[in-house]
Amino acid sequence: MQIYLPIAEMSVNIFLILGMGASVGVLSGLFGVGGGFLMTPLLIFIGIPPTVAVSTESNQILANSVSGVLAHWRRGNVDFRMGLILSIGGFVGSVVGVIIFQQLREVGQIELVISLCYVFFLGIIGCFMGFESVQSIINKNKIYGARKLWTMKKPLRQKWIRNLPFKIKFRESKLYISAILPISIGFIVGILAAIMGIGGGFVMVPAMIYLLGMPTNVVVGTSLFNIIFVTANTTFLQATINQTVDIVLAVLLLSGGVIGAQIGARLISKIQNEYLRGLLAVIVLTVCLKLVADLIVSPSDTFSFGIVNK
Amino acid sequence: MIKSPIIIFTTTFIMFLSINTNNLNGQTIPLVADLSEHLVAISTGFEGSKVLLFGSTDGTGDVVIVIRGPTETKKVLSKKKIGPIWINTNEVIVEDIPSFYRVVSIRSPKDFIPEQILKRYQIGLDNLQFKFKNNKITEENKKEYEDAIVRLKMKMGKYQEDKGNISLLANKLFRTELLFESNVPTGTYLVEVYLIRNNEVISAEIIPLSVSKIGLGAEIYDFAKKVSAAYGLFAIMIAIMAGLFAEAAFRRI
Repeated sequence: MQIYLPIAEMSVNIFLILGMGASVGVLSGLFGVGGGFLMTPLLIFIGIPPTVAVSTESNQILANSVSGVLAHWRRGNVDFRMGLILSIGGFVGSVVGVIIFQQLREVGQIELVISLCYVFFLGIIGCFMGFESVQSIINKNKIYGARKLWTMKKPLRQKWIRNLPFKIKFRESKLYISAILPISIGFIVGILAAIMGIGGGFVMVPAMIYLLGMPTNVVVGTSLFNIIFVTANTTFLQATINQTVDIVLAVLLLSGGVIGAQIGARLISKIQNEYLRGLLAVIVLTVCLKLVADLIVSPSDTFSFGIVNK
Repeated sequence: MIKSPIIIFTTTFIMFLSINTNNLNGQTIPLVADLSEHLVAISTGFEGSKVLLFGSTDGTGDVVIVIRGPTETKKVLSKKKIGPIWINTNEVIVEDIPSFYRVVSIRSPKDFIPEQILKRYQIGLDNLQFKFKNNKITEENKKEYEDAIVRLKMKMGKYQEDKGNISLLANKLFRTELLFESNVPTGTYLVEVYLIRNNEVISAEIIPLSVSKIGLGAEIYDFAKKVSAAYGLFAIMIAIMAGLFAEAAFRRI
């Protein structure tokens, strides 16, 4: 069954889009990532214009995140205080990101920068998570030794970080740290999110685990909570500046997506943390390799159409 | 529901371009053609559309049909390999690119129409004239970009040269079905019908064709373009409500 998308200006198969929304939604609920880094390339692959894909995706991630946050909230897995502070940084960051985005678009290198950003972050995060989860799976099987390795890694142990001002207590996260830390992380992720056209979950989740030292069960819900603010902001900016949000496409994607996110949030308690991180690492690295290949392999056509600035 | 957007038919506005004045006595018109519909309406369930083009000629000759969509401006980027990766190294702004272009004829126009006529009427993908904004560009480079535009447009299904798709009856009546895919650009199209005889354009006719969105799709499009801030907030609201709804629906499961 075909449906016409008024902004993308083409027809798509309803069930294909619903299915894509649902499968990425499962990952979203499972990992606390918005899923944008998977969905956007998929949409472009089926022929949706890239600008429409990026903008509409942020709207869909918003719905996924609301659904996901509520599911996590009922299990007490959201640190609202941490989420709000991350969002403050994220808001400022995304404005800075939008400015950088426009500059790069003028120069015509936006695609390259987006690809390099993806490769860099996906590569680092993927390797790190993969390595770490394999290690803890091995250590866990030996029963002892795992905890020692884990605590050694926490950068928060460093003295100068512990002495930063504006300390706040985060009860759900079992942390007592300076607000400057989450604000700066939110800020950096906000910049990346705006440039890369994503919610920023796949950067935020590892940052919360490895840099802030938050417990994994709170991380996912809190990350989703932060993504709500980031994507609502991007949706609005894209709708007003570029007018590329396709509401019909968004509704189709999110109908599948919200259901998927619920399934994902329920699966999360059934899978062990180490395996969950390992699985995410595999997905992240796969996407990363695909992008590296796209940069290196000779393109089918060395010419392409770009976006004309109004 | 608000009334469907006003559909402007320009059916009465059919231009007869009599290029050859052989028939001043007005008894025989060398070429008459029309479309079965003058509007391709893109509704919510649009899967593409067929429009019948039919007409008659006063005898032998070749009928060549050219369909042009509204023109657009595009930025064309070209990549070069720098180190291990491919990078966009050049860009050109090109104007007057038809968003849609198709030639339909029984024989390839190149085989029976002199070069200068093809160029003058811009018949055939090799004869499209784009306007380059950057004056510094060399002729050689220009050709490369022109080829690239045609190639990219063909890949998107927007440009096409269609051979042998016209049915002829007694060398006088002709008909063909023009197929528009679902990704057809909107706007006012010109369907040009040429009658070619002895290396000359005997007669030509231009029929306007409107391609436009109707119904809900058209309203959403207008909403997004005219009051984009409200549209953005609306999109956010829908997303939040969908999230809330899904959570509520799933809570008991």
